[in-house]
Amino acid sequence: MDYTNFLLMRDELSLVAVMVLLLLYDLFGSARSLRHFQLVACLLFGLHTLICLFPHRPVEAFGGMYIYKPMLTIVKSILNVGTLLVFMQAHTWLESERTVIRRGEFYFLTLSTLLGMYFMMSAGNFLLFFIGLETASIPMATLAAFDKYKRKSAEAGAKYILSAVFASALSLYGISLIYGTTGTLYFDDVAVRITGNPLQIMAFVFFLVGMCFKISIVPFHLWTADVYEGAPTNVTAYLSVISKGSAVFVLMTILYKVFGNIVMQWQGILYGLVIVTITVANLFAIRQKNLKRFLAFSSISQAGYILLGVISGNALGMTSLVFYVLVYMVSNLGAFGVISVIEQRTGKVMMDDYNGLYKTNPYLSLVMMFSLFSLAGIPPFAGFFSKFFIFAAAASEGYYILVLIALLNTILSLYYYLLVVKAMFINPSEQPIAPFRSDNYTRVSLVACMAGVFLLGILSVVYQQISLFSFGM
Amino acid sequence: MEIRLEYYLIISTIMLFAGIYGFITRRNLLAVLISVELMLNSVDINFAAFNRYLFPDAMEGFFFALFAIGVSAAETAVAIAITINIYRNIRNIQVHHLDTMKH
Repeated sequence: MDYTNFLLMRDELSLVAVMVLLLLYDLFGSARSLRHFQLVACLLFGLHTLICLFPHRPVEAFGGMYIYKPMLTIVKSILNVGTLLVFMQAHTWLESERTVIRRGEFYFLTLSTLLGMYFMMSAGNFLLFFIGLETASIPMATLAAFDKYKRKSAEAGAKYILSAVFASALSLYGISLIYGTTGTLYFDDVAVRITGNPLQIMAFVFFLVGMCFKISIVPFHLWTADVYEGAPTNVTAYLSVISKGSAVFVLMTILYKVFGNIVMQWQGILYGLVIVTITVANLFAIRQKNLKRFLAFSSISQAGYILLGVISGNALGMTSLVFYVLVYMVSNLGAFGVISVIEQRTGKVMMDDYNGLYKTNPYLSLVMMFSLFSLAGIPPFAGFFSKFFIFAAAASEGYYILVLIALLNTILSLYYYLLVVKAMFINPSEQPIAPFRSDNYTRVSLVACMAGVFLLGILSVVYQQISLFSFGM
Repeated sequence: MEIRLEYYLIISTIMLFAGIYGFITRRNLLAVLISVELMLNSVDINFAAFNRYLFPDAMEGFFFALFAIGVSAAETAVAIAITINIYRNIRNIQVHHLDTMKH
């Protein structure tokens, strides 16, 4: 075996280096030097983000097991930036009395899930894909159960791990049938031998169901709201943005690359899933009173919009999907950043608690409002452009009715996003949340999110850069 | 008497659906976990049987089964750790006690 192959995996190697360094620092650093743990962790990870920012030539390592394409650099950079923002928002929580002793574990577990996502996205074989998927989801369960003295967090962990294992068992069964009908696990070879016989269709359905669990598509979304509510808020932010973004990208590449021969079948399935996901999630979001649950249903409906990019199946679809994930990331992290900082200071997460927030904390409520407007897709903000591109991609393949239904749902979603804005700006309150100063880490991350929300849509260079590297079926 | 491929597939399919049934109906977290393990093991049988009968010249299926066993062991370890944590918190691992987040 040629060990120089390892050197081709630049991004993974640099991430592993960051993980090992942080682990050693956490274990052997003196108590005084550990006070700067957060700063060191953010700087190290920032360095890793910079290293991974530049695309290099496409490579195949380990006999096609590991495949790198320049598009992956874009997606990995998006995930890196998102993870960095989550790290910064986690500052208050990690420095709190109960968590401070375990903060090294938080970084290690989060980075292991990120490593799993890297491998999952770079996989050229179902084996590496499966290992990456599990590396991404097993530490995620421990992260959800991270506040181990809280009952809700423990519940969230149990619900996440059991549904994740159930989903991966279904996926695996699908993969085993695909192996049985094609005799290989390499994506390229499988793609040639997929003929669309009934057994392969069944295998595909099993596989898709497993993946839909991970992305939380209706009707496989039932774990989402509970896990999002119970997990620590920063973990929820990570779960809703990074985990979902990578899973969607992988689903799209596998659908394009492996199941290109049965495109008629899977487009039909996705057609139904998109409609059900967007509509049901929007209707359920209206009745939520807890903001974390509310954002859980909002993120399910956003996943439905993201699937619109998958269904179109061309290069435009891939560009708009990656752009959508990027914009969704900054908007959602903006909203979660506000929720997280308010929960850390006051312990309040219900919508009624936000009444009159504008009077006491005007900047936070503005950040929240802009993020929600971007999620809803109101014109000057980036969310409008990402929705526009994804609708354009689907319409270019002739899915006019689907786009119309999605558009109508956008209006529906505007209603419940505005409920939060109304609570913050209009509803009077006897006891609003007291004014407070957030820490610098949170401020930097919120400013970065707002810069993304305002600029990503207007600076067309971002979209063009993504579009340079995208590929279709 | 020759044991044909179909017999293995029937066994593994029965195991898979028994696991799904158990996952939905069991009331104890550990029993739910056992059901999920049943599903994962059915996949291993599938891989081994396909490899042995249909594609005996390559080892891909066997290796996939090996990795799947390893990963499912890791999953079980984490799930049991979380279950123990739940037991410490509420002194109970019945599923219907995990309902504090209903809306």
